[in-house]
Amino acid sequence: MVPPLLEVTGLACRRGGRLVFDRVSFGLGAGELLALTGRNGSGKTSLLRALAGLTPPEAGTVSWRGVDVAKDPETWRGRLAWLGHLEGLKGDLTVIENLLIAERLRGGEAGDRLDGALLAFDLNALAAREVRTLSAGQRRRTALARIALSQAPLWLLDEPLNALDAPAQAAFRTALQSHLAAGGLAIAATHAELGVEGRSLELGPTLSSTSPPPGGEEG
Amino acid sequence: MNGFTTLLMRDLRLVLRRPGDVGVVLAFFVVATVLFPLGIGPETNVLARIAAGVLWCAALFAALLSLDRLFAADYEDGTLDLLLLAPWPLELAALAKCAAHWIVTGLPLSLLAPVLGIAFGLDGPSPLALGVTLLVGTPTLSLIGGLAAALTLGARKSGALLALLALPLCVPTLIFGAGAIEALAAGEGIVTHVAILAALALVALATTPWAIAAALRQAGE
Repeated sequence: MVPPLLEVTGLACRRGGRLVFDRVSFGLGAGELLALTGRNGSGKTSLLRALAGLTPPEAGTVSWRGVDVAKDPETWRGRLAWLGHLEGLKGDLTVIENLLIAERLRGGEAGDRLDGALLAFDLNALAAREVRTLSAGQRRRTALARIALSQAPLWLLDEPLNALDAPAQAAFRTALQSHLAAGGLAIAATHAELGVEGRSLELGPTLSSTSPPPGGEEG
Repeated sequence: MNGFTTLLMRDLRLVLRRPGDVGVVLAFFVVATVLFPLGIGPETNVLARIAAGVLWCAALFAALLSLDRLFAADYEDGTLDLLLLAPWPLELAALAKCAAHWIVTGLPLSLLAPVLGIAFGLDGPSPLALGVTLLVGTPTLSLIGGLAAALTLGARKSGALLALLALPLCVPTLIFGAGAIEALAAGEGIVTHVAILAALALVALATTPWAIAAALRQAGE
């Protein structure tokens, strides 16, 4: 048995004095998908943000190949492709400009992969359009193309299927499957069925939510 | 192309897509300055004496005008998360944002100010000296303003709060910037004043990127 690439142990997160989730532990190996499910407010987004290092966790560790990612956050961030509930696109820039710039900000160069990403999400006809003129679903497709372009081993996706029509959902599935087949990992918070073989983790209300914070109230 | 240049070029490109935003800042600068002769009266020797102070204050207000969108736009469309998650230091991103702000406000204001100085009756080397002091002093305004913008990110009425935070911190720059022209009129050189302005800019350069990055991380939580 190979040890999992990504190992999360005892992760807890506190928002506004309330424990959103507590003692979340899981491991994820190459080519595996984890779907985060749970009611609204159960902490799916908070878990994704804690994994990315955007929010310091209350307790617990995230390790990659057995090394705590907090030791070298820059390298860790280089391994991530992030899709939040906001797309992270500039409205005044075109689809192509957004993709190229996002990739360069990640320290990479899109090169030949750009055409593939545009094709995968059927964006060729929209490539030269400014993002603010696009519909919500088209914007989501652009954001997903940004993820597919990134070559990051771990995808962190918050409601990836939001606003997508059936063909776009199928395109997302294909992209996710080829990412997993290439040995990538993905964690997606979702309400809908992703339609891709994977494990799932249900976040629920934490029983210990009334316990006082160990290090005092956060600001 | 590395992250710093990419971000700087992106912000400049965004400004080019909406040139009106810079136009408004420059127009504000001109209109605010022109109000003084209208209010005070057309006595040339009075105007020439207050010119440097008026132009410096107007430049300070004009620079603040566009600052509240500096990080707010990135915060609202989610691109701030991408900067927070970029695999290079956030301090450099903060610096790139402030540099872009300076290129589109501080730099044109410095070039415009000598012309307005002449209209105020500044003569001899004074208009040029005014331009030089603004050129050396405005980077400090962009950096301090960037810090105020990062600290007020997500706050209500952030524009007013931003001005309240930034203006007191800009006082030393204002004093030495306007003081340089008075020193020139008194027959002294401006070298000391410009050196102090440069020192203030370097102190801002060496401290604010870290503070901005910390404030942005806090806002991203």
